[in-house]
Amino acid sequence: MSQLNLQANFSDADAFFAALADLHREGDERKSERINARLILLLANHIGDQAVLIEAMHIAAQVTTTDE
Amino acid sequence: MVSTYVNPVYAFKPSHDQTANPPTHYPVLIVGGGPTGLYCALDLAKQGIPSVVLDEDNTVSYGSRALCFSKRTLEILDRVGCGQAMVDKGVTWQLGKVFFHERQVYEFNLLPEDGHQRPAFINIQQYYPEEFLVNRIQDFPEIDLRWQSKVTQVKKIGELVEVSVTTPTGDYRMTCDYVLVADGANSPIRESLGLHSSGQIFNDTFLIADILMKADFPTERWFWFDPPFHPGQSVLLHKQPDGCWRIDFQLGPNADRQAWRDPEKVRPLVKAMLGDDIEFEFEWLSVYSFRCRRMDSFIHEDRILFVGDSAHQVSPFGARGANGALQSAENLIWKLARVLKQQAPAALLNTYDQERSQGADENILNSTRATDFITPKNRVTRLFRDTVLELAEQYPFARPLVNSGRLSLPCTYENSTLSTADAVTDKFPKTLRPGSSGKDAPIKALNTAHSAEPWLLPQLGDRFVLLVDGRALPTEALAQLEQVTDLEIVVIAEQITTNYTTLKDSAGLVAERYDLQPGTAYLIRPDQHVAARWRQIHVDKVLAAMQRALGKELV
Ligand SMILES: Cc1cc2nc3c(=O)[nH]c(=O)nc-3n(C[C@H](O)[C@H](O)[C@H](O)COP(=O)(O)OP(=O)(O)OC[C@H]3O[C@@H](n4cnc5c(N)ncnc54)[C@H](O)[C@@H]3O)c2cc1C
Repeated sequence: MSQLNLQANFSDADAFFAALADLHREGDERKSERINARLILLLANHIGDQAVLIEAMHIAAQVTTTDE
Repeated sequence: MVSTYVNPVYAFKPSHDQTANPPTHYPVLIVGGGPTGLYCALDLAKQGIPSVVLDEDNTVSYGSRALCFSKRTLEILDRVGCGQAMVDKGVTWQLGKVFFHERQVYEFNLLPEDGHQRPAFINIQQYYPEEFLVNRIQDFPEIDLRWQSKVTQVKKIGELVEVSVTTPTGDYRMTCDYVLVADGANSPIRESLGLHSSGQIFNDTFLIADILMKADFPTERWFWFDPPFHPGQSVLLHKQPDGCWRIDFQLGPNADRQAWRDPEKVRPLVKAMLGDDIEFEFEWLSVYSFRCRRMDSFIHEDRILFVGDSAHQVSPFGARGANGALQSAENLIWKLARVLKQQAPAALLNTYDQERSQGADENILNSTRATDFITPKNRVTRLFRDTVLELAEQYPFARPLVNSGRLSLPCTYENSTLSTADAVTDKFPKTLRPGSSGKDAPIKALNTAHSAEPWLLPQLGDRFVLLVDGRALPTEALAQLEQVTDLEIVVIAEQITTNYTTLKDSAGLVAERYDLQPGTAYLIRPDQHVAARWRQIHVDKVLAAMQRALGKELV
């Protein structure tokens, strides 16, 4: 069974982050939320493997930031 | 309001039991004459067990209620001779359309797999199956169906159960070995025993509007999410027999339930949905909310057995209520019959609870998931739901996420204590693994005492069957197994070579679906589920598997 890759795997990390920031450049939060939702669904389907997705969701749910 | 169906009125007939002293004793008493109770009586009669069915009312279901009956349910009803009436009356649809806001997002075609006697499902109002079952019961003098007979108490006394009944001409008591409690979702008997069915209550209110349309309208299933004519809610349109359509409107949590029972309030909504030029009349209006819940155990004090909605209840999305109820009934009856005939230990009944708990959990899970998709619980889940619908229009990948109810499929009893696991060396595929319900296929019966129908499933059921690929017939082993009570050998072969029931695999689909090789054999339970399978028969192994399937290892 495959596992979530937690090592760096981006072909171009800086370019990815810049593109992500660009997506949300307008700053309309509602619009950003919709973009994020689409993105999650697109990427989740690409990964496909339920075990990997669940692992990612667990990690995502655990992360706490200073404003939580 | 219903104009296409007149509820039959079944007369109350006084019974000798009303004056019997001491109270009459029966092997089985059944509380409730809904689909579950009626089916149980028929299946018991087929297994040679007489019973009395007590129903407080004097007719079948008021209004359409359960609508969508699955292939497995039709196969179960076939075993008691009611499947054909269902198919003759019911309607089948294949094309489904999903709408979001004002647009059609996609459509799907549920092309059924060829080579099965029964379609994947049919739509038919619940009063029809109930009427078919009642009619069929007239063929069995060993079933005593008593109307206007309300059970007021069920009480275990020693090794008996005492059942108290109230009727228009007085009250009486009877005793029985086992009582089947099939008195529906609110089960007054369950509550009177201090037992509960627990789970999730959904806040949403729904409205069912059955309408008759004058114009031709396609036989399709339409599902709207958040349509302009009913903002923020979902709507389902489904075809029924008699030119009748079922419309299911989600009303939200704060709906005025009384107001929505008024046709004049519903009319503008239906008009907005169908367009002004379509004429229609209301058949039936019903406002409801629902629960997904089950009892912790379906068996109380060994002899009080809950079955159908009294034991487990689901939301209507995914059409699992009546379908699940009949699967539970079928699972219970062959076991109960064998316990009563002392062919199996009473412990076999515990496997009814185990196997059907799995079935109930599966149904509750599926129907809860559909409900959560249809009625998102907060802003973010609604956002994801809506995003799925938007993406589905353009991208096929998102379509499997759209959940407006999943087709009810028969439960595979994984890890059942009644199953014998495949030997690894036999290299069987996963399909039809022990615990699965048998698959149908076309056959030609060369020699059979059973059904003349050219289908496999009608040859199975009611007793254990050893289905053997006749290309390498182990004659000596079979000669020994032939002697076993409650087991029949059925051979798949080109020609009659033996005295056994012989079926010709006319389309090659038995071999394909059962992965037959010369000598392969399946042991199939009386409920048509697979108990064990082998590439080669050994008498000892078959006997052991049958003992196991009868629960003899449980004591
Ligand atoms: C709106 C709606 C839509 C549905 N749609 C579907 C669907 O599409 N597909 C599906 O599979 N299921 C559907 N269902 C569920 C389906 O109707 C039930 O699962 C089914 O009726 C359960 O059958 P039952 O015999 O267990 O209970 P019931 O049909 O409720 O029968 C119980 C019987 O017991 C009798 N009774 C009660 N108390 C006593 C007593 N004390 N003494 C004597 N008799 C008593 C009652 O008169 C009744 O006849 C739907 C249900 C509803 C409400």
